[in-house]
Amino acid sequence: MNPNAAQFQTDAGRLAADLTHRQRIQSAMAKYYAARLPRQALFRDWQEGRQTAAETKWAALQQLDEHLLAFEKNATARGTQVHWTSTSEQARQVIVDIIQRHRAQRIVKSKVMTSEEIHLNQLLESLGFEVVESDLGEYIQQLKGEPPYHFVFPCMHLSREEISDLFENHLGTAQTHDPEALTMIARRVLRQKYLAADVGITGANFIVAETGMVSITENEGNARLTAALPRVMITLVGIEKILPRLSDLALFLPMLATAGTGQPLTCYNTMYGGPRQSGEADGPEEWHVVLLDNNRTALLADPEQRDALHCIRCGACLNVCPIFKNVGGFSYGTTYQGPIGAVITPHLRGLQDWKHLSAASSLCGACTETCPVKIDLHHHLLQNRRNAVQQGGGGWEGLLWRAFAFVMNRPRLYRLAVRLGRWAQPLQGLVQGEAFDPLQAWTKTRDLPDLAPQSFRAFWAQRVSAPAPEERRPT
Amino acid sequence: MKIALFIPCFIDAVYPRVGISMVQILEKLGHQVEFAEALTCCGQPPYNSGYWPEARKVARRVVAGLAEAEVVVIGSGSCGAMLKVCYGELFAGEPEEAAARALAAKCYEFSDFLVNRLGVVDVGAAFPHRVTFHDGCHGLREMNGKAPPRELLQQVRGLELVEMGEAETCCGFGGTFATKYPAISTAMGEVKCASAAATGADFMVSNDSSCLMHLQGLLDRQGRPLKTLHLAEILACS
Repeated sequence: MNPNAAQFQTDAGRLAADLTHRQRIQSAMAKYYAARLPRQALFRDWQEGRQTAAETKWAALQQLDEHLLAFEKNATARGTQVHWTSTSEQARQVIVDIIQRHRAQRIVKSKVMTSEEIHLNQLLESLGFEVVESDLGEYIQQLKGEPPYHFVFPCMHLSREEISDLFENHLGTAQTHDPEALTMIARRVLRQKYLAADVGITGANFIVAETGMVSITENEGNARLTAALPRVMITLVGIEKILPRLSDLALFLPMLATAGTGQPLTCYNTMYGGPRQSGEADGPEEWHVVLLDNNRTALLADPEQRDALHCIRCGACLNVCPIFKNVGGFSYGTTYQGPIGAVITPHLRGLQDWKHLSAASSLCGACTETCPVKIDLHHHLLQNRRNAVQQGGGGWEGLLWRAFAFVMNRPRLYRLAVRLGRWAQPLQGLVQGEAFDPLQAWTKTRDLPDLAPQSFRAFWAQRVSAPAPEERRPT
Repeated sequence: MKIALFIPCFIDAVYPRVGISMVQILEKLGHQVEFAEALTCCGQPPYNSGYWPEARKVARRVVAGLAEAEVVVIGSGSCGAMLKVCYGELFAGEPEEAAARALAAKCYEFSDFLVNRLGVVDVGAAFPHRVTFHDGCHGLREMNGKAPPRELLQQVRGLELVEMGEAETCCGFGGTFATKYPAISTAMGEVKCASAAATGADFMVSNDSSCLMHLQGLLDRQGRPLKTLHLAEILACS
């Protein structure tokens, strides 16, 4: 087993049995659902909205190259500098170059999942820069020295008490369990960071080809301060975030808010159209947009799973996923957790290293049902499983399935196998659930049902040979 | 109507009463039931594990064996979805693709068949107990939705149907997932059993015996009194 898969088994197994964790995540997600459903009902037709969104994204991806060039042309026309990067190394280098050219020391960031993807903070800190996350959840996670637990709700696994302890330890503040008071503590610290920062780094929820604009959705106003106060603004964005027209936001902004957090719209939605223009009083002197591929074009080249690039990172698939709700965000060991993470991480970082996430699913389809842009998530998990085996990653399991097919295609052999099973079951019962029970994977936590004394086909054969007017009825 | 029953392997070997109940109900409604004895398994276990050529070997016999059937009825949403939804993808570009799609078009999950094809909601059953219904994911999301099994249960004399919280959340069985990730599967099952037990029901009913095999195994191990039953077993009670 590869180390990522072993780590996942261990972490997921531990958290799945942690009842405090289970209770906290289940109740948080129940609140999400209670907030989301009435918002969703405000759409004239949510299902039609999903269809339109999926078609819009699909069409945008079919002409991704043209839309990105249009974005560059329109953004450049207003003084924005656009950088194209194929790999995470290139993106890191472009960003470091900009920071060093400006002799910057202090960097403030709003929520940028792509920067987690390219491990930007670790690099900048190792080069001696001060990097501060300004999204409250991200700030808490940064203090804790942990990555985001959930890519929309970074610290949803923490209690107020734990956050209070964290602030006391790192900031020397008095204990309080009042969410508003805790927020005010972070706010006082962060306000100084915005004022002192030389460079602000943001992500983007959408980039608009038609106008060369970047759209950022947030609830705290931290992205606006990150964008507006420092001299230099850098936006790091995956190329799949393209939308052809500004008017597309009329659907996508409410859809993202509804699916993501159960809000009709988030508190702030800002369209950035360029650096400070002549005659304007504020805004950054320079704005750099770094377009990141990092294997997204490889996913685009996969006709079966291309629709995974529809993703608007709302996190809804995590929120409804019974696996996520039981194993939590850290177990995945990926930037993107949950079903979407299980689908795309093998494409972004290698199938054989990450195929175990596609196997760790009951294929219930709750993700596919909830996805606002209609990504066929659970079928993509099946395709990843198939592709992993096709690449030769099956190992011993192939023998088992060949034997299975051999037996199932020979009804007499199958009947014999059932009879043997009936005979062996009392022996297995003697060691049920023990370490040397061959069925321990099942029986450690579950009883095994008895094979019936008479199978259905035996019942049928008897009935065909001697039809009785009244069969045995279930009692 | 001539109805071909497809009996999944676990119903054949572990829960034959589910199949026998289906035969009784369909014959009571005046239909002629056939059983293709040569068919054992739909091929879902290797399919879900990523072994599609092995799955095709098994599924090919099913496609051929049911080619002449007028309609095919399956007492499991999961195996039903395999025939109805997954065969198309499994055989995409293969010589059997057209036959697989033709089979898909005439496959029904049992409750869907009764309600939406035969137009029957009252089969004359009586079952004087408090019951909660667990939606098997494939029955719910790939086949027929929430309504048909509930419409049938509501007509059963003496039966009180109580909905559990998050009835649509997966129970954690998931085929080979249950043994590849037993800790996660168990945690999901515990959540499901707790919400079913909270209804005060005597029975947790589903149209998928595979979910129930996992759930009954957990309930028995934990010593909970709740019992599981397949929908067909209740509809055969009078």
